[in-house]
Amino acid sequence: MTTMSTAAPAAAPSRERLVSWAFLAPFLIAFALFLVWPLVHGLYLSVTNQSLTGAGGSWVGLDNYREALTDPTMWRALRTTVWFTIVSTIPLVILALVMALLVHRGLPGQWLWRLSFFMPFLLASTVISQIWVWIFNPDIGAANSVLGTFGIEPIAWLQDPAVNLYAIVIATVWWTVGFNFLLYLAALQNIPDQLYEAAAIDGAGPWRRLTSITLPQLWPATILIVMLQVLASLKLFDQAYQMLIGVSTDTTRPIVQYIYESGFVGYRFGYSAAISYVFFALIVIVGVFQMTAMNRRRSL
Amino acid sequence: MRPGEKRFGVGQIVAFVVLALMAVGWLMPFLWAVATAFKTETDAASESGWIGDDGLTTGAFRGMLENGNVWMWAFNSLWTSLVITLLTVTISALAAYAFSRLRFPGRRWLFAVIVAAIIIPPQVLIIPLFYEMLTFDLIDTAWGLILPQIVAPAMVFILKQFFDGVPIELEDAARVDGANRLRVFWSIVLPLSRPVMAAVAIFVFINAWNNFLWPFLVINDTTLMTLPTGLQTVIDAHGIQYAQTMAQAVLAALPLIVVFLFFQRQIVKGVATTGFGGR
Repeated sequence: MTTMSTAAPAAAPSRERLVSWAFLAPFLIAFALFLVWPLVHGLYLSVTNQSLTGAGGSWVGLDNYREALTDPTMWRALRTTVWFTIVSTIPLVILALVMALLVHRGLPGQWLWRLSFFMPFLLASTVISQIWVWIFNPDIGAANSVLGTFGIEPIAWLQDPAVNLYAIVIATVWWTVGFNFLLYLAALQNIPDQLYEAAAIDGAGPWRRLTSITLPQLWPATILIVMLQVLASLKLFDQAYQMLIGVSTDTTRPIVQYIYESGFVGYRFGYSAAISYVFFALIVIVGVFQMTAMNRRRSL
Repeated sequence: MRPGEKRFGVGQIVAFVVLALMAVGWLMPFLWAVATAFKTETDAASESGWIGDDGLTTGAFRGMLENGNVWMWAFNSLWTSLVITLLTVTISALAAYAFSRLRFPGRRWLFAVIVAAIIIPPQVLIIPLFYEMLTFDLIDTAWGLILPQIVAPAMVFILKQFFDGVPIELEDAARVDGANRLRVFWSIVLPLSRPVMAAVAIFVFINAWNNFLWPFLVINDTTLMTLPTGLQTVIDAHGIQYAQTMAQAVLAALPLIVVFLFFQRQIVKGVATTGFGGR
Protein backbone atom coordinates (compact mmCIF):
# COMPACT_ATOMS: atom_id res chain seq x y z
CA MET A 1 0.00 0.00 0.00
CA THR A 2 2.92 2.32 0.60
CA THR A 3 3.86 1.47 -2.96
CA MET A 4 1.10 3.85 -4.09
CA SER A 5 3.49 6.75 -3.65
CA THR A 6 6.26 5.13 -5.66
CA ALA A 7 4.20 5.27 -8.88
CA ALA A 8 5.24 8.86 -9.50
CA PRO A 9 6.69 9.19 -13.06
CA ALA A 10 3.92 10.34 -15.40
CA ALA A 11 4.02 8.00 -18.38
CA ALA A 12 1.48 5.50 -19.71
CA PRO A 13 2.85 2.47 -17.78
CA SER A 14 2.96 4.39 -14.52
CA ARG A 15 -0.66 5.35 -14.89
CA GLU A 16 -1.48 1.67 -15.27
CA ARG A 17 0.58 1.08 -12.16
CA LEU A 18 -1.51 3.57 -10.23
CA VAL A 19 -4.73 2.01 -11.50
CA SER A 20 -3.43 -1.43 -10.52
CA TRP A 21 -2.81 -0.42 -6.95
CA ALA A 22 -6.22 1.23 -6.78
CA PHE A 23 -7.82 -2.06 -7.81
CA LEU A 24 -5.65 -4.02 -5.39
CA ALA A 25 -5.79 -1.71 -2.39
CA PRO A 26 -9.09 -2.79 -0.78
CA PHE A 27 -8.15 -6.47 -0.86
CA LEU A 28 -4.54 -5.90 0.12
CA ILE A 29 -5.48 -3.75 3.11
CA ALA A 30 -7.89 -6.41 4.38
CA PHE A 31 -5.33 -9.13 3.59
CA ALA A 32 -2.64 -7.31 5.55
CA LEU A 33 -4.87 -6.44 8.50
CA PHE A 34 -6.76 -9.69 8.98
CA LEU A 35 -4.38 -12.31 7.65
CA VAL A 36 -0.73 -11.29 7.36
CA TRP A 37 -0.61 -9.22 10.54
CA PRO A 38 -2.35 -11.83 12.75
CA LEU A 39 -0.08 -14.50 11.29
CA VAL A 40 3.03 -12.51 12.23
CA HIS A 41 1.68 -11.29 15.54
CA GLY A 42 0.64 -14.83 16.47
CA LEU A 43 4.22 -15.92 16.00
CA TYR A 44 5.32 -13.15 18.34
CA LEU A 45 2.64 -14.03 20.92
CA SER A 46 3.88 -17.62 20.89
CA VAL A 47 7.21 -16.56 22.38
CA THR A 48 5.61 -14.54 25.18
CA ASN A 49 3.54 -15.42 28.22
CA GLN A 50 0.68 -13.13 27.15
CA SER A 51 -2.59 -13.80 28.95
CA LEU A 52 -6.15 -13.11 27.75
CA THR A 53 -6.61 -10.97 30.85
CA GLY A 54 -3.92 -8.59 29.56
CA ALA A 55 -1.35 -9.71 32.12
CA GLY A 56 2.06 -11.08 31.10
CA GLY A 57 3.38 -10.39 27.65
CA SER A 58 7.05 -10.74 28.43
CA TRP A 59 9.49 -12.69 26.31
CA VAL A 60 9.82 -16.37 27.23
CA GLY A 61 11.75 -17.59 24.19
CA LEU A 62 10.88 -21.09 23.05
CA ASP A 63 9.41 -22.13 26.42
CA ASN A 64 5.87 -22.40 25.04
CA TYR A 65 7.04 -24.68 22.20
CA ARG A 66 9.12 -26.73 24.60
CA GLU A 67 6.09 -27.11 26.84
CA ALA A 68 3.80 -27.95 23.89
CA LEU A 69 6.10 -30.65 22.57
CA THR A 70 6.25 -32.33 25.99
CA ASP A 71 2.56 -31.79 26.78
CA PRO A 72 0.77 -35.17 26.71
CA THR A 73 -2.59 -33.39 26.22
CA MET A 74 -1.27 -31.76 23.05
CA TRP A 75 0.00 -35.05 21.66
CA ARG A 76 -3.26 -36.72 22.58
CA ALA A 77 -5.16 -33.96 20.74
CA LEU A 78 -2.93 -34.37 17.68
CA ARG A 79 -3.50 -38.11 17.75
CA THR A 80 -7.27 -37.64 17.98
CA THR A 81 -7.15 -35.20 15.07
CA VAL A 82 -5.09 -37.50 12.85
CA TRP A 83 -7.25 -40.51 13.77
CA PHE A 84 -10.40 -38.58 12.90
CA THR A 85 -8.88 -37.39 9.63
CA ILE A 86 -8.04 -40.91 8.47
CA VAL A 87 -11.27 -42.55 9.66
CA SER A 88 -13.53 -39.81 8.27
CA THR A 89 -11.77 -39.26 4.93
CA ILE A 90 -12.19 -42.86 3.75
CA PRO A 91 -16.02 -43.00 3.89
CA LEU A 92 -16.30 -39.33 2.88
CA VAL A 93 -14.53 -40.07 -0.40
CA ILE A 94 -15.86 -43.56 -1.16
CA LEU A 95 -19.50 -42.80 -0.36
CA ALA A 96 -19.33 -39.58 -2.37
CA LEU A 97 -17.99 -41.52 -5.34
CA VAL A 98 -20.71 -44.16 -5.10
CA MET A 99 -23.43 -41.51 -4.81
CA ALA A 100 -22.07 -39.57 -7.78
CA LEU A 101 -21.73 -42.69 -9.96
CA LEU A 102 -25.31 -43.69 -9.22
CA VAL A 103 -26.78 -40.21 -9.72
CA HIS A 104 -24.78 -39.73 -12.92
CA ARG A 105 -26.59 -42.66 -14.55
CA GLY A 106 -29.34 -40.14 -15.32
CA LEU A 107 -32.15 -41.79 -13.39
CA PRO A 108 -35.31 -39.72 -12.92
CA GLY A 109 -35.49 -37.42 -9.91
CA GLN A 110 -32.10 -35.73 -10.29
CA TRP A 111 -33.01 -32.75 -8.11
CA LEU A 112 -34.26 -35.02 -5.33
CA TRP A 113 -31.02 -37.05 -5.26
CA ARG A 114 -28.92 -33.91 -5.20
CA LEU A 115 -31.07 -32.36 -2.50
CA SER A 116 -30.94 -35.50 -0.32
CA PHE A 117 -27.17 -35.85 -0.40
CA PHE A 118 -26.16 -32.20 -0.42
CA MET A 119 -28.79 -30.69 1.87
CA PRO A 120 -27.04 -31.56 5.16
CA PHE A 121 -24.00 -29.58 4.01
CA LEU A 122 -26.16 -26.45 4.09
CA LEU A 123 -26.92 -26.85 7.78
CA ALA A 124 -25.00 -25.02 10.47
CA SER A 125 -22.84 -27.09 12.82
CA THR A 126 -25.18 -26.08 15.65
CA VAL A 127 -28.14 -27.58 13.82
CA ILE A 128 -26.50 -30.86 12.88
CA SER A 129 -25.09 -31.20 16.39
CA GLN A 130 -28.56 -30.81 17.89
CA ILE A 131 -30.01 -33.36 15.51
CA TRP A 132 -27.30 -35.96 16.19
CA VAL A 133 -27.19 -35.45 19.96
CA TRP A 134 -30.89 -36.25 19.83
CA ILE A 135 -30.45 -39.29 17.56
CA PHE A 136 -27.57 -40.59 19.71
CA ASN A 137 -29.46 -40.12 22.98
CA PRO A 138 -28.82 -43.42 24.83
CA ASP A 139 -32.34 -43.77 26.25
CA ILE A 140 -34.75 -42.43 23.63
CA GLY A 141 -32.55 -41.77 20.59
CA ALA A 142 -33.38 -43.12 17.15
CA ALA A 143 -29.96 -44.80 16.73
CA ASN A 144 -30.55 -47.16 19.63
CA SER A 145 -34.18 -47.79 18.59
CA VAL A 146 -32.93 -48.95 15.19
CA LEU A 147 -30.26 -51.14 16.78
CA GLY A 148 -32.89 -52.48 19.19
CA THR A 149 -34.98 -53.86 16.33
CA PHE A 150 -31.95 -55.98 15.40
CA GLY A 151 -31.64 -57.08 19.03
CA ILE A 152 -28.50 -55.05 19.69
CA GLU A 153 -27.97 -53.63 23.18
CA PRO A 154 -28.23 -49.83 23.51
CA ILE A 155 -24.97 -47.92 23.09
CA ALA A 156 -24.02 -44.77 24.97
CA TRP A 157 -22.91 -43.18 21.69
CA LEU A 158 -21.63 -39.88 22.93
CA GLN A 159 -20.80 -40.83 26.51
CA ASP A 160 -18.79 -44.01 25.95
CA PRO A 161 -15.17 -43.06 25.17
CA ALA A 162 -14.80 -46.24 23.13
CA VAL A 163 -17.38 -45.14 20.56
CA ASN A 164 -17.93 -41.38 20.81
CA LEU A 165 -15.39 -40.46 18.16
CA TYR A 166 -17.08 -42.90 15.78
CA ALA A 167 -20.33 -41.09 16.53
CA ILE A 168 -18.65 -37.84 15.51
CA VAL A 169 -17.41 -39.53 12.32
CA ILE A 170 -20.94 -40.74 11.48
CA ALA A 171 -22.43 -37.28 11.99
CA THR A 172 -19.62 -35.68 9.99
CA VAL A 173 -19.99 -38.09 7.07
CA TRP A 174 -23.71 -37.39 6.95
CA TRP A 175 -23.11 -33.66 7.19
CA THR A 176 -20.35 -33.08 4.63
CA VAL A 177 -20.34 -35.96 2.11
CA GLY A 178 -22.58 -33.92 -0.20
CA PHE A 179 -19.77 -31.51 -0.96
CA ASN A 180 -17.49 -34.26 -2.27
CA PHE A 181 -20.48 -35.78 -4.05
CA LEU A 182 -21.00 -32.57 -6.03
CA LEU A 183 -17.30 -32.37 -6.88
CA TYR A 184 -17.40 -35.95 -8.20
CA LEU A 185 -20.58 -35.23 -10.12
CA ALA A 186 -18.91 -32.27 -11.84
CA ALA A 187 -15.86 -34.41 -12.64
CA LEU A 188 -18.09 -37.12 -14.14
CA GLN A 189 -19.75 -34.58 -16.40
CA ASN A 190 -16.34 -33.59 -17.73
CA ILE A 191 -15.50 -37.06 -19.04
CA PRO A 192 -15.81 -36.81 -22.84
CA ASP A 193 -18.66 -38.87 -24.29
CA GLN A 194 -16.39 -40.05 -27.13
CA LEU A 195 -14.47 -42.25 -24.71
CA TYR A 196 -17.65 -44.16 -23.91
CA GLU A 197 -18.69 -44.29 -27.55
CA ALA A 198 -15.31 -45.74 -28.50
CA ALA A 199 -15.60 -48.29 -25.71
CA ALA A 200 -19.10 -49.22 -26.83
CA ILE A 201 -17.80 -49.88 -30.35
CA ASP A 202 -15.12 -52.10 -28.85
CA GLY A 203 -17.94 -53.97 -27.08
CA ALA A 204 -16.96 -53.07 -23.52
CA GLY A 205 -19.62 -53.90 -20.91
CA PRO A 206 -20.74 -51.58 -18.09
CA TRP A 207 -18.21 -52.99 -15.60
CA ARG A 208 -15.36 -52.67 -18.04
CA ARG A 209 -16.36 -49.10 -18.87
CA LEU A 210 -16.37 -48.27 -15.17
CA THR A 211 -12.95 -49.73 -14.45
CA SER A 212 -11.15 -48.74 -17.63
CA ILE A 213 -12.71 -45.35 -18.41
CA THR A 214 -14.68 -43.79 -15.57
CA LEU A 215 -12.43 -44.55 -12.61
CA PRO A 216 -9.12 -43.70 -14.35
CA GLN A 217 -10.66 -40.49 -15.69
CA LEU A 218 -11.78 -39.61 -12.16
CA TRP A 219 -8.30 -40.09 -10.72
CA PRO A 220 -7.25 -36.41 -10.80
CA ALA A 221 -10.56 -35.43 -9.17
CA THR A 222 -10.06 -38.13 -6.55
CA ILE A 223 -6.63 -36.83 -5.63
CA LEU A 224 -8.02 -33.32 -5.30
CA ILE A 225 -11.01 -34.45 -3.24
CA VAL A 226 -8.82 -36.51 -0.89
CA MET A 227 -6.46 -33.55 -0.45
CA LEU A 228 -9.27 -31.15 0.37
CA GLN A 229 -10.96 -33.64 2.64
CA VAL A 230 -7.78 -34.29 4.63
CA LEU A 231 -7.22 -30.57 5.11
CA ALA A 232 -10.88 -30.08 6.11
CA SER A 233 -10.89 -33.01 8.54
CA LEU A 234 -7.73 -31.80 10.26
CA LYS A 235 -9.65 -28.66 11.21
CA LEU A 236 -12.23 -30.64 13.21
CA PHE A 237 -13.80 -28.55 15.94
CA ASP A 238 -17.38 -27.26 15.55
CA GLN A 239 -19.36 -30.48 15.60
CA ALA A 240 -17.05 -32.36 17.99
CA TYR A 241 -17.16 -29.49 20.45
CA GLN A 242 -20.91 -29.02 20.28
CA MET A 243 -21.90 -32.69 20.28
CA LEU A 244 -19.61 -33.53 23.19
CA ILE A 245 -20.32 -30.57 25.47
CA GLY A 246 -20.18 -31.99 28.98
CA VAL A 247 -18.67 -35.32 27.94
CA SER A 248 -15.53 -34.10 26.18
CA THR A 249 -12.40 -35.77 27.50
CA ASP A 250 -8.72 -35.98 26.68
CA THR A 251 -9.45 -38.70 24.15
CA THR A 252 -12.00 -36.69 22.17
CA ARG A 253 -10.39 -33.26 22.09
CA PRO A 254 -9.14 -32.31 18.62
CA ILE A 255 -6.21 -29.92 18.28
CA VAL A 256 -8.33 -26.88 17.35
CA GLN A 257 -10.35 -27.39 20.53
CA TYR A 258 -7.12 -27.45 22.52
CA ILE A 259 -6.11 -24.14 20.90
CA TYR A 260 -9.47 -22.70 21.92
CA GLU A 261 -9.35 -24.11 25.44
CA SER A 262 -5.79 -23.01 26.24
CA GLY A 263 -6.52 -19.51 24.98
CA PHE A 264 -10.09 -18.78 25.97
CA VAL A 265 -10.67 -21.12 28.92
CA GLY A 266 -7.15 -21.22 30.35
CA TYR A 267 -6.44 -17.59 29.31
CA ARG A 268 -2.95 -18.58 28.11
CA PHE A 269 -2.73 -16.70 24.80
CA GLY A 270 1.01 -17.24 24.44
CA TYR A 271 0.79 -21.00 24.89
CA SER A 272 -2.31 -21.21 22.71
CA ALA A 273 -0.52 -19.30 19.93
CA ALA A 274 2.36 -21.79 20.14
CA ILE A 275 -0.06 -24.73 19.73
CA SER A 276 -1.65 -22.88 16.80
CA TYR A 277 1.74 -22.87 15.11
CA VAL A 278 2.29 -26.56 15.82
CA PHE A 279 -1.09 -27.15 14.16
CA PHE A 280 -0.17 -24.86 11.27
CA ALA A 281 3.07 -26.78 10.79
CA LEU A 282 1.06 -30.00 10.60
CA ILE A 283 -1.25 -28.48 7.94
CA VAL A 284 1.69 -27.21 5.89
CA ILE A 285 3.52 -30.53 6.09
CA VAL A 286 0.42 -32.45 5.01
CA GLY A 287 -0.29 -29.89 2.28
CA VAL A 288 3.24 -29.93 0.87
CA PHE A 289 3.37 -33.71 1.06
CA GLN A 290 0.12 -33.95 -0.89
CA MET A 291 1.27 -31.41 -3.47
CA THR A 292 4.50 -33.25 -4.16
CA ALA A 293 2.66 -36.56 -4.36
CA MET A 294 0.30 -35.01 -6.86
CA ASN A 295 3.03 -33.42 -8.96
CA ARG A 296 5.00 -36.64 -9.06
CA ARG A 297 1.94 -38.49 -10.40
CA ARG A 298 1.42 -35.83 -13.00
CA SER A 299 5.00 -35.94 -14.25
CA LEU A 300 5.02 -39.73 -14.51
CA MET B 1 -26.07 -35.41 -18.62
CA ARG B 2 -26.61 -39.09 -19.29
CA PRO B 3 -23.91 -41.01 -21.04
CA GLY B 4 -23.31 -44.67 -20.26
CA GLU B 5 -26.55 -46.57 -19.82
CA LYS B 6 -29.21 -45.59 -22.32
CA ARG B 7 -31.41 -48.63 -22.05
CA PHE B 8 -33.89 -49.23 -19.27
CA GLY B 9 -32.39 -52.47 -17.99
CA VAL B 10 -31.75 -54.46 -14.87
CA GLY B 11 -28.74 -52.27 -14.12
CA GLN B 12 -30.87 -49.16 -14.01
CA ILE B 13 -33.43 -50.78 -11.71
CA VAL B 14 -30.76 -51.96 -9.28
CA ALA B 15 -29.12 -48.52 -9.38
CA PHE B 16 -32.47 -46.88 -8.72
CA VAL B 17 -33.21 -49.06 -5.70
CA VAL B 18 -29.75 -48.53 -4.19
CA LEU B 19 -29.96 -44.80 -4.83
CA ALA B 20 -33.44 -44.55 -3.33
CA LEU B 21 -32.31 -46.41 -0.19
CA MET B 22 -29.30 -44.13 0.22
CA ALA B 23 -31.36 -41.00 -0.34
CA VAL B 24 -33.93 -42.11 2.24
CA GLY B 25 -31.12 -42.87 4.67
CA TRP B 26 -29.62 -39.44 4.09
CA LEU B 27 -32.93 -37.60 4.50
CA MET B 28 -33.96 -39.64 7.56
CA PRO B 29 -32.08 -37.72 10.29
CA PHE B 30 -33.52 -34.44 9.12
CA LEU B 31 -37.02 -35.83 8.67
CA TRP B 32 -36.79 -37.31 12.15
CA ALA B 33 -35.88 -33.87 13.47
CA VAL B 34 -38.89 -32.39 11.66
CA ALA B 35 -41.17 -35.07 13.12
CA THR B 36 -39.84 -34.41 16.63
CA ALA B 37 -40.36 -30.68 16.21
CA PHE B 38 -44.09 -31.34 15.72
CA LYS B 39 -44.42 -33.40 18.91
CA THR B 40 -45.28 -32.36 22.44
CA GLU B 41 -42.33 -32.31 24.83
CA THR B 42 -43.73 -35.38 26.59
CA ASP B 43 -43.85 -37.36 23.34
CA ALA B 44 -40.44 -36.08 22.29
CA ALA B 45 -38.92 -37.27 25.55
CA SER B 46 -40.34 -40.78 25.21
CA GLU B 47 -39.66 -43.49 22.69
CA SER B 48 -42.54 -42.63 20.37
CA GLY B 49 -42.86 -43.18 16.63
CA TRP B 50 -42.99 -40.67 13.81
CA ILE B 51 -46.16 -39.16 15.23
CA GLY B 52 -46.42 -38.83 19.00
CA ASP B 53 -49.27 -40.19 21.14
CA ASP B 54 -50.59 -36.65 21.60
CA GLY B 55 -50.71 -36.10 17.83
CA LEU B 56 -49.19 -33.26 15.87
CA THR B 57 -48.66 -29.88 17.46
CA THR B 58 -46.94 -26.66 16.53
CA GLY B 59 -46.40 -25.88 20.21
CA ALA B 60 -42.64 -26.22 19.96
CA PHE B 61 -42.47 -23.74 17.09
CA ARG B 62 -44.74 -21.28 18.85
CA GLY B 63 -42.79 -21.59 22.08
CA MET B 64 -39.60 -20.83 20.24
CA LEU B 65 -40.90 -17.95 18.14
CA GLU B 66 -42.35 -16.25 21.18
CA ASN B 67 -38.78 -16.09 22.37
CA GLY B 68 -37.95 -13.00 20.31
CA ASN B 69 -34.25 -13.82 20.22
CA VAL B 70 -34.63 -16.25 17.32
CA TRP B 71 -35.90 -13.53 15.00
CA MET B 72 -33.12 -11.22 16.11
CA TRP B 73 -30.46 -13.88 15.49
CA ALA B 74 -31.90 -14.73 12.08
CA PHE B 75 -31.84 -11.04 11.20
CA ASN B 76 -28.24 -10.69 12.43
CA SER B 77 -27.21 -13.78 10.46
CA LEU B 78 -28.85 -12.47 7.34
CA TRP B 79 -27.44 -8.97 7.27
CA THR B 80 -23.92 -9.85 8.45
CA SER B 81 -23.72 -12.70 5.91
CA LEU B 82 -24.91 -10.38 3.15
CA VAL B 83 -22.37 -7.71 4.06
CA ILE B 84 -19.59 -10.30 4.27
CA THR B 85 -20.59 -11.64 0.85
CA LEU B 86 -20.78 -8.21 -0.74
CA LEU B 87 -17.43 -7.07 0.64
CA THR B 88 -15.65 -10.34 -0.11
CA VAL B 89 -16.89 -10.50 -3.70
CA THR B 90 -16.12 -6.84 -4.37
CA ILE B 91 -12.57 -6.70 -3.04
CA SER B 92 -11.69 -10.15 -4.42
CA ALA B 93 -13.00 -9.33 -7.91
CA LEU B 94 -11.15 -6.00 -8.08
CA ALA B 95 -7.89 -7.63 -6.99
CA ALA B 96 -8.38 -10.58 -9.33
CA TYR B 97 -8.96 -8.22 -12.25
CA ALA B 98 -5.73 -6.36 -11.50
CA PHE B 99 -3.81 -9.63 -11.40
CA SER B 100 -5.39 -10.82 -14.62
CA ARG B 101 -5.25 -7.70 -16.78
CA LEU B 102 -2.94 -5.03 -15.40
CA ARG B 103 0.85 -4.94 -15.41
CA PHE B 104 2.62 -3.64 -12.36
CA PRO B 105 5.89 -4.48 -10.65
CA GLY B 106 5.73 -7.32 -8.14
CA ARG B 107 2.64 -8.79 -9.76
CA ARG B 108 3.93 -12.34 -9.86
CA TRP B 109 5.26 -12.64 -6.36
CA LEU B 110 2.31 -10.83 -4.83
CA PHE B 111 -0.06 -13.26 -6.51
CA ALA B 112 2.12 -16.16 -5.35
CA VAL B 113 1.88 -14.89 -1.76
CA ILE B 114 -1.92 -14.72 -1.99
CA VAL B 115 -2.16 -18.21 -3.47
CA ALA B 116 0.13 -19.55 -0.75
CA ALA B 117 -2.13 -17.95 1.87
CA ILE B 118 -4.99 -20.25 0.77
CA ILE B 119 -3.50 -22.96 2.95
CA ILE B 120 -3.63 -20.90 6.18
CA PRO B 121 -6.47 -22.33 8.27
CA PRO B 122 -8.55 -19.57 9.91
CA GLN B 123 -8.39 -21.56 13.16
CA VAL B 124 -4.66 -20.81 13.41
CA LEU B 125 -5.40 -17.08 13.54
CA ILE B 126 -8.07 -17.00 16.26
CA ILE B 127 -5.70 -15.94 19.07
CA PRO B 128 -3.95 -13.04 17.31
CA LEU B 129 -7.19 -11.97 15.59
CA PHE B 130 -9.00 -11.85 18.89
CA TYR B 131 -6.12 -9.83 20.31
CA GLU B 132 -6.34 -7.47 17.34
CA MET B 133 -10.08 -7.03 17.86
CA LEU B 134 -9.40 -6.23 21.53
CA THR B 135 -6.91 -3.58 20.44
CA PHE B 136 -9.33 -2.03 17.95
CA ASP B 137 -12.13 -2.29 20.50
CA LEU B 138 -14.17 -4.42 18.09
CA ILE B 139 -15.09 -7.26 20.46
CA ASP B 140 -18.87 -7.56 20.65
CA THR B 141 -19.43 -5.45 17.56
CA ALA B 142 -20.80 -6.37 14.16
CA TRP B 143 -17.61 -5.15 12.46
CA GLY B 144 -15.52 -7.36 14.70
CA LEU B 145 -17.65 -10.24 13.44
CA ILE B 146 -17.60 -9.20 9.78
CA LEU B 147 -14.15 -7.85 8.93
CA PRO B 148 -11.98 -10.92 9.63
CA GLN B 149 -14.33 -12.94 7.41
CA ILE B 150 -13.91 -10.87 4.24
CA VAL B 151 -10.40 -12.03 3.31
CA ALA B 152 -10.69 -15.00 0.94
CA PRO B 153 -7.46 -15.55 -1.04
CA ALA B 154 -8.99 -18.62 -2.70
CA MET B 155 -11.71 -16.49 -4.24
CA VAL B 156 -9.11 -14.11 -5.71
CA PHE B 157 -7.44 -17.13 -7.27
CA ILE B 158 -10.69 -18.51 -8.70
CA LEU B 159 -11.78 -15.16 -10.11
CA LYS B 160 -8.37 -14.49 -11.62
CA GLN B 161 -8.47 -17.87 -13.38
CA PHE B 162 -11.86 -16.95 -14.76
CA PHE B 163 -10.87 -13.45 -15.92
CA ASP B 164 -7.84 -14.97 -17.66
CA GLY B 165 -10.26 -16.92 -19.84
CA VAL B 166 -12.38 -13.90 -20.84
CA PRO B 167 -11.33 -12.68 -24.32
CA ILE B 168 -9.49 -9.38 -24.04
CA GLU B 169 -10.63 -8.01 -27.44
CA LEU B 170 -13.93 -6.69 -26.07
CA GLU B 171 -12.12 -4.69 -23.43
CA ASP B 172 -9.59 -3.33 -25.91
CA ALA B 173 -12.41 -2.08 -28.13
CA ALA B 174 -14.03 -0.26 -25.23
CA ARG B 175 -10.71 1.23 -24.17
CA VAL B 176 -10.08 2.55 -27.66
CA ASP B 177 -13.45 4.26 -27.27
CA GLY B 178 -12.05 5.97 -24.21
CA ALA B 179 -13.56 3.98 -21.34
CA ASN B 180 -11.37 3.84 -18.25
CA ARG B 181 -10.43 0.64 -16.47
CA LEU B 182 -13.10 0.81 -13.81
CA ARG B 183 -15.74 1.40 -16.46
CA VAL B 184 -14.45 -1.51 -18.55
CA PHE B 185 -14.48 -3.70 -15.45
CA TRP B 186 -17.96 -2.63 -14.46
CA SER B 187 -19.73 -2.69 -17.81
CA ILE B 188 -17.87 -5.40 -19.73
CA VAL B 189 -16.05 -7.81 -17.43
CA LEU B 190 -18.65 -8.06 -14.65
CA PRO B 191 -21.62 -8.86 -16.91
CA LEU B 192 -19.56 -11.59 -18.59
CA SER B 193 -18.61 -13.04 -15.21
CA ARG B 194 -22.07 -13.34 -13.73
CA PRO B 195 -22.02 -17.14 -13.29
CA VAL B 196 -18.65 -17.26 -11.55
CA MET B 197 -19.51 -14.25 -9.39
CA ALA B 198 -22.75 -15.97 -8.37
CA ALA B 199 -20.80 -19.12 -7.55
CA VAL B 200 -18.33 -17.25 -5.38
CA ALA B 201 -21.10 -15.25 -3.70
CA ILE B 202 -23.16 -18.33 -2.87
CA PHE B 203 -20.12 -20.09 -1.47
CA VAL B 204 -19.11 -17.15 0.71
CA PHE B 205 -22.68 -16.68 1.89
CA ILE B 206 -23.13 -20.31 2.98
CA ASN B 207 -19.84 -20.20 4.88
CA ALA B 208 -20.72 -16.91 6.58
CA TRP B 209 -24.24 -18.03 7.45
CA ASN B 210 -22.97 -21.22 9.09
CA ASN B 211 -19.73 -19.95 10.62
CA PHE B 212 -19.49 -20.96 14.25
CA LEU B 213 -16.02 -20.56 15.73
CA TRP B 214 -15.33 -16.87 15.05
CA PRO B 215 -18.79 -15.53 16.03
CA PHE B 216 -18.63 -17.80 19.09
CA LEU B 217 -15.39 -16.11 20.18
CA VAL B 218 -16.01 -12.50 19.24
CA ILE B 219 -19.68 -12.03 20.22
CA ASN B 220 -20.87 -12.39 23.81
CA ASP B 221 -23.75 -9.95 23.62
CA THR B 222 -26.97 -11.93 23.03
CA THR B 223 -28.46 -9.18 20.89
CA LEU B 224 -25.55 -9.36 18.40
CA MET B 225 -25.39 -13.14 18.04
CA THR B 226 -26.01 -14.97 14.78
CA LEU B 227 -28.21 -18.06 14.54
CA PRO B 228 -25.53 -20.73 15.08
CA THR B 229 -24.07 -19.16 18.23
CA GLY B 230 -27.42 -17.87 19.49
CA LEU B 231 -29.08 -21.28 19.30
CA GLN B 232 -26.08 -22.74 21.10
CA THR B 233 -26.83 -20.54 24.15
CA VAL B 234 -30.43 -21.77 24.25
CA ILE B 235 -29.30 -25.39 24.28
CA ASP B 236 -26.89 -24.65 27.08
CA ALA B 237 -29.73 -23.04 29.03
CA HIS B 238 -32.36 -25.78 28.61
CA GLY B 239 -31.10 -28.60 26.47
CA ILE B 240 -33.75 -30.97 27.79
CA GLN B 241 -36.60 -29.61 25.67
CA TYR B 242 -36.13 -31.87 22.67
CA ALA B 243 -39.14 -30.77 20.65
CA GLN B 244 -38.23 -27.12 20.98
CA THR B 245 -34.57 -27.81 20.21
CA MET B 246 -35.55 -29.67 17.04
CA ALA B 247 -38.00 -26.91 16.08
CA GLN B 248 -35.08 -24.51 16.31
CA ALA B 249 -32.85 -26.73 14.24
CA VAL B 250 -35.50 -27.09 11.56
CA LEU B 251 -36.25 -23.38 11.46
CA ALA B 252 -32.57 -22.42 11.27
CA ALA B 253 -32.10 -24.89 8.43
CA LEU B 254 -35.14 -23.76 6.45
CA PRO B 255 -33.82 -20.57 4.78
CA LEU B 256 -30.82 -22.30 3.19
CA ILE B 257 -32.92 -25.27 2.07
CA VAL B 258 -35.33 -22.88 0.35
CA VAL B 259 -32.39 -21.06 -1.24
CA PHE B 260 -31.04 -24.40 -2.43
CA LEU B 261 -34.35 -25.39 -3.99
CA PHE B 262 -34.47 -22.13 -5.92
CA PHE B 263 -30.82 -21.88 -6.95
CA GLN B 264 -29.96 -25.55 -7.23
CA ARG B 265 -28.27 -25.29 -10.60
CA GLN B 266 -26.12 -22.33 -9.58
CA ILE B 267 -25.17 -23.91 -6.28
CA VAL B 268 -24.21 -27.22 -7.84
CA LYS B 269 -22.13 -25.37 -10.42
CA GLY B 270 -20.78 -23.06 -7.76
CA VAL B 271 -19.46 -25.89 -5.64
CA ALA B 272 -17.83 -27.35 -8.71
CA THR B 273 -16.05 -24.11 -9.64
CA THR B 274 -15.21 -22.85 -6.16
CA GLY B 275 -14.78 -26.36 -4.83
CA PHE B 276 -11.43 -25.97 -3.22
CA GLY B 277 -12.23 -22.47 -2.00
CA GLY B 278 -11.98 -23.43 1.58
CA ARG B 279 -14.15 -25.24 4.08
